Amino acid sequence: MINRGFYTLFYKETLRFYKVALQTILAPIITTLLYFLVFSHVLKDRVMVFEDLSYTSFLIPGLVMMTIIQNAFANSSSSLIQSKVTGNIIFLLLTPLSYVEFYMAFILAAMVRGLVVGIGVFLIVICFVSVPVHSYAFLFVFALLASAVLGTLGIIAGIWAEKFDQLAGFQNFIIMPLSFLSGVFYSIHSLPAFWQMVSHLNPFFYMVDGFRYGFFGVSDTSPWISLVLIALAFAGLAKFAIKLLKQGYKLRH
Amino acid sequence: MTAAILINNVKKSYGSLDALKGIDLTINRGEFFGLLGPNGAGKSTLINIIAGLANADAGSVSVLGHDVVVDYRQARQALGVVPQELVFDAFFSVREVLKIQSGYFGLGKENDVWIDELLEALALTDKASVNMRALSGGMKRRVLIAQALVHKPEVVILDEPTAGVDVELRKLLWGFVEQLNQKGHTIVLTTHYLEEAEKLCDRIAILNHGEVIALDTKASLLQSEICSKLHLIIKTAEPIEQLPDALAPSIRDKIKHLDGCQMRLELDKDKDVIVDVLAAIANAGIKVVDLETERADLEDVFIELTSKKASS
Ligand SMILES: Nc1ncnc2c1ncn2[C@@H]1O[C@H](COP(=O)(O)OP(=O)(O)O)[C@@H](O)[C@H]1O
Ligand SMILES: [Mg+2]
Repeated sequence: MINRGFYTLFYKETLRFYKVALQTILAPIITTLLYFLVFSHVLKDRVMVFEDLSYTSFLIPGLVMMTIIQNAFANSSSSLIQSKVTGNIIFLLLTPLSYVEFYMAFILAAMVRGLVVGIGVFLIVICFVSVPVHSYAFLFVFALLASAVLGTLGIIAGIWAEKFDQLAGFQNFIIMPLSFLSGVFYSIHSLPAFWQMVSHLNPFFYMVDGFRYGFFGVSDTSPWISLVLIALAFAGLAKFAIKLLKQGYKLRH
Repeated sequence: MTAAILINNVKKSYGSLDALKGIDLTINRGEFFGLLGPNGAGKSTLINIIAGLANADAGSVSVLGHDVVVDYRQARQALGVVPQELVFDAFFSVREVLKIQSGYFGLGKENDVWIDELLEALALTDKASVNMRALSGGMKRRVLIAQALVHKPEVVILDEPTAGVDVELRKLLWGFVEQLNQKGHTIVLTTHYLEEAEKLCDRIAILNHGEVIALDTKASLLQSEICSKLHLIIKTAEPIEQLPDALAPSIRDKIKHLDGCQMRLELDKDKDVIVDVLAAIANAGIKVVDLETERADLEDVFIELTSKKASS
């Protein structure tokens, strides 16, 4: 049985971004399409990727994944920081919702936002470029897991931050650079050995790489390894986020 | 019978500030309870701990027998809190806000009738589809009250619900809260307006610097020593430079203040007879043109108690 309290919070979190869809769905889709346009033009003859694959096609999975990552994170983190700054978080804190229900509702809404924007980008791009799909299962699993991880990171950042600029810092100094350097625009095999190693330390790399495997059946790292690493990261982060919620860290004073 | 709210040795510090220094209070079911105290006394902090918005450093609180930490779900289901701050969610309309809040408590469409009743009782029906942002302060305050009541909690806490609210609305709110109490809800009210507490509350606790300095029924608080005093204010025909020698010393002692044509006497409500006092004054040759009496009220009790505590 679906618990009504949980469902209501999930519904509210979804309604919240839907009401400002111009800013939460359309704007990120357009941004990503601009990246696509610019990078595919500038780099298509310069960057070496996998054999038999045009750079333009190569770019698509990475850009879609980057969009999912950034939007899933933005959704839960901005909702929490807004509620905290305006003080209306108390309407939630006064309810009998459990920590787990709270957590689940927030990440599910974040996943919905990430996936809606990701699918939006994908649907537009495939009108112009053909992209093969090697395995739908891998595509979905990586999209779901990545958005769940980022939704969770968003919750943690939203709990931790006390002001909008702290959250912006988190976003600009951690999420953005890591997602940009995760191999969205290049195959890390084209990098010098040292930078290849560094890339392997970037958790977002595995999301992009595994997602790309879902399309092309080729990747820098085994998709199974990526899958296990992301799943482990998710389990750890989820546990941490639920613990923070249970303690009431920075929420219940 | 289980208490509505049982507060057991609750302590809370913010850094070096002891906001609550070990509060013990029992609020009975069905009671209309007043929590009074000056700004910074710790009223909101105590309410936050009852509501689970803050964690106590020590002690425990239960609502209808449910510990607010261990059995937080049952405790919160039984509790409705109107916060002091005028907070709102700018994304939604009044009705959306109420439906969402209702959903958090596990209620669905079956609660729509109650939501309509709340809107009606709080004079919000015509604002139901207006966005929260577009409401005046008084309307936002009423939405906060509706939000707190959306799950029909048995225990309702209102933290200064009438602060900054005009007289008209204050009356509406008083009537509404009184009705709730008559329907069996336990009400806890914190307020700055003593007349409000005096009019509504059965029992009153006075909090100061994180301690309960008085806890009694309103009636006994009003019967305390200070409240047995009656002030008699007299206007004389001519300014009095010096009291006439003919004035009896027993009356002289009662004069607390003398300023031109105005004289203020402090009488004992039970022992002194106003007519006799006036006769004695007239006999001494003072012409009285006007008089008024002032009974001590909770405000005097309050000032007396808080200043006593401060000086001791
Ligand atoms: N979150 C907080 N951080 C630090 N100090 C606080 C906090 N909340 C309340 N206080 C302090 O605790 C004391 C009691 O505050 P409060 O409970 O709001 O009083 P009241 O509601 O009676 O006016 C005040 O001195 C206030 O400054
Ligand atoms: Mg207060």
